[in-house]
Amino acid sequence: MQFLQSVLLRLCTTLITLAGVAVIVFFVIRVVPGNPIAMMLPPGATEADVARLTALYGLDKSIPQQFLIWVSGVLQGDFGTSITTKQPVLQLVLSRLPATLELSVMALIIAVILGGFMALTGTRLRGSKTEAAIDVGNGMALSVPDFLWGLILILTFGVLIPIFHISGRVTPSLPLPFTTNFYLTESVLRLRFDLWLDIAAHMFMPALALAIPLAAIIGQLLKQSLKETMHLDYVTLARTKGYSETHVILREALPNAILPTLTLVGVQFTFLIGGTVIIERLFSYEGLGNMAIDAVINRDLPLIQGIVILFAVIFTGVNLLVDLTYAALNPRLRHA
Amino acid sequence: MLDGRSAIKRKLPTRLVLSATWLTLLTLAAVFAPLIAPKDPLAQDLFLGQLPPFWVQGHEPGYLLGTDSLGRDVLSRILYGARLALTVALTAGTITCIIGATMGLLAGFLRGWVDILISRAIDIWMAFPPVLFSILLIAVLGPSLTSIIIAIVVIDWTRFARVIRAEAMTQGAMDYVASAQVAGRTRLSTMITEILPNVLPTIVVLLTLEMGISIIVEAILSFVNLSISTDDPTWGGMIAEGRASIHQAWWVLVFPLITLFLTVLSFSQLGEGLKDRFDPVLR
Amino acid sequence: MSFLSIRNLSARLKGRPDQILRRVSLEVAAGEVRGLVGESGAGKSMIGKAILGTLPQSVEITGGQIILDGTDLLSLPTAQRRTLIGAKCALIPQDPLTALNPSRRIGPQITNRLVDILHWTRADAEKRARDLLAEVQIPDPERVMRSYPHELSGGMRQRILIASAFAAEPKLIIADEPTTALDVTVQKQILKLIAAMQARHGTALLFVTHDLGVVSKVCQSLSVLYAGYVLEDSTIPDFFHTPKHPYSRALLAATPKYTDPDGSLTPVSDAVIAATRAEVEAADRSAHV
Ligand SMILES: Nc1ncnc2c1ncn2[C@@H]1O[C@H](COP(=O)(O)OP(=O)(O)O)[C@@H](O)[C@H]1O
Ligand SMILES: [Mg+2]
Repeated sequence: MQFLQSVLLRLCTTLITLAGVAVIVFFVIRVVPGNPIAMMLPPGATEADVARLTALYGLDKSIPQQFLIWVSGVLQGDFGTSITTKQPVLQLVLSRLPATLELSVMALIIAVILGGFMALTGTRLRGSKTEAAIDVGNGMALSVPDFLWGLILILTFGVLIPIFHISGRVTPSLPLPFTTNFYLTESVLRLRFDLWLDIAAHMFMPALALAIPLAAIIGQLLKQSLKETMHLDYVTLARTKGYSETHVILREALPNAILPTLTLVGVQFTFLIGGTVIIERLFSYEGLGNMAIDAVINRDLPLIQGIVILFAVIFTGVNLLVDLTYAALNPRLRHA
Repeated sequence: MLDGRSAIKRKLPTRLVLSATWLTLLTLAAVFAPLIAPKDPLAQDLFLGQLPPFWVQGHEPGYLLGTDSLGRDVLSRILYGARLALTVALTAGTITCIIGATMGLLAGFLRGWVDILISRAIDIWMAFPPVLFSILLIAVLGPSLTSIIIAIVVIDWTRFARVIRAEAMTQGAMDYVASAQVAGRTRLSTMITEILPNVLPTIVVLLTLEMGISIIVEAILSFVNLSISTDDPTWGGMIAEGRASIHQAWWVLVFPLITLFLTVLSFSQLGEGLKDRFDPVLR
Repeated sequence: MSFLSIRNLSARLKGRPDQILRRVSLEVAAGEVRGLVGESGAGKSMIGKAILGTLPQSVEITGGQIILDGTDLLSLPTAQRRTLIGAKCALIPQDPLTALNPSRRIGPQITNRLVDILHWTRADAEKRARDLLAEVQIPDPERVMRSYPHELSGGMRQRILIASAFAAEPKLIIADEPTTALDVTVQKQILKLIAAMQARHGTALLFVTHDLGVVSKVCQSLSVLYAGYVLEDSTIPDFFHTPKHPYSRALLAATPKYTDPDGSLTPVSDAVIAATRAEVEAADRSAHV
């Protein structure tokens, strides 16, 4: 019961947060200078044309009025119409979301694998030179943000040893048989491994750039947590039972060491998703973030709003999910 | 707390020395850029476009690190770019630190409705994608140095507020604070005389890290062409140009990238190194 | 030949002269119960850890042999040594609250080694665990096996750890102050249980404690340890009737007599401690010449 109560409480705060985001973004972008309507019209348009379009997008009303109209629209699933493309915002945003989701999840998977490997290797080889090297590498990876890793990857694997694509999501000349925009997932489901390879080769560099800092955080935190766990009595007891050190680390220490890392990875994953904005730009990857920057440059107010809200929903959703997983994984909380 | 004498006696860690050296050199380069820059960073010469650096065939004497597509000297632009980068690092870092730390102290020490308000604000801020938010703010404020600084402060104050709030809460729960309260001091004076000195090491570490972050934010904004005016040399702007001409002239990207990399790494290593020295238990 | 034979085992803190064990020699015959007594910090746990290969990384062995069933453990590579120890030894740890993995149910914590290492079938291992839990007088073993450690009391957990120690029928069990962390009310029961289990299974037992009263009830022989140095090694009757070392005599005088709980107590005097310390240091010096 207590568990259910805390879940409900978390849901409430999440809703308050989302409402706050909506209010802030709405009012911030109303201050944007530059008339988006004028930008849309061909040169030589009349005053009347401008007025007509302004009224069409509801920009002639007062800002609080516009907000009410927008909110009531959102509650019915209508996020307005993009000024530049004249398509419904929701449809536009949802068409790009899969690309960003696939990229983020791919990055998360890479980060977990890399970080986990670092932590486990470092723990297994405690006190060796390898451990020291891993620590230095982690420190570096952590100090430098994804944007710079992206540039470094572009230089090394795009120019110096050109083995990966550094631009786009898929080779443009390839005919795509997909019905959804989850290209990577769908290519597997359709058993089109040729396409999968091409898409993955495009996605790998941006995903790795996003993954490196997170991998370092996971590596450091998990290693620290493992280090503390390795001293505990039940781990020592397992050693006397004849298990190998690797088994002791993986089976006895890891399950208990992983919990504190998990909560942190949740928050860090939202940072990673936030990083997709600039990484998608850097790699000309057609996702939500790239679209967002274009929307800002084009003053496409409804589209900016929609994208920011969607990001906020994803962030808060991830945090909520992590909290619930944490509660579900920890037997002490589960039985409380 | 830090015991000054024992800290001095301990050998200075290599990473502190290295990062401090690099940042000092960079500061000197920025201050004396007009004296040491070999060329005018804005001078274009289309006949000298995309010259390679000095050790590559086809270079031109005087252009040590080559030129970009418009024939501007890469080295001179990096040196002048350091001015903007360090200005942003110092001002944006410091202002963010002051505002964020104050928020954190107030929330963590006063608790009550102040804490609820600030914590809610932090939650809301954490739900924004920071890069997108900063780009949006620059679009609203118009590209200028002041806008960049405002954008960084608005976005990053939570970085300080979150950590300092937690620390102030722990400190506030300790006995010495209670005894100061009993002695009849006002809460504000307790906060400044008792809590602040104890969270100061954390603030200094965070400030160092924030300076590196500010430089990255500036570079990102220049990269999407939203920093200051497009002519002025910025590292991010150079990187954007370098990204575009990467297959023809790699050096336009490589040199500003190395500079940016080393600078950000130095700020962060400086911060980490300071953290270790402030926290004797860790070492 | 004894089942376990430690010869001149020395250990110190890595890179420092501080001796933690000084040429310790100690024998445990098959089926024998040997007490290992000494004040806190004497190095009792270190001896247990040295045998089991779980010394902290900061401690290094500087000499001597640990011969288990004819094999010198210290000459074996780590992996082989672990396998050997896993097959022949078991530990009853000091603190039952921290010695069980909090994220795993009790059942697997007893059965896993039987399945993973000794290749029993899971059904056999589970039956064995149930029988053992019943043997250590745990009501409703089925339910306990499905529980998590935090759902059980300290006494219950120590019973489980005892059961687990006997699971693979080891030849030697090391019990490191197995009752110190428990409530006084359950200490006696646990002690009785260990003695009964030992008698039934015929396992050799190295019983680490600082309590001479306990030794007199459970053990057949004992070694007295002081500052990592074995002062005396005798059988229980000999020790309690004619203790050889002055420190032992002082220790006996400082222990409530189990026959006469109201007997007067004299704490170990400073003079005896100083003399003992001097003796240990002299022995150290002569060994280095
Ligand atoms: N992890 C450790 N690292 C270094 N020294 C230790 C460690 N644990 C114990 N010691 C030292 O080793 C000596 C013996 O400790 P121990 O065997 O635990 O004593 P006890 O006889 O109480 O079991 C003590 O002097 C103690 O200070
Ligand atoms: Mg002990």
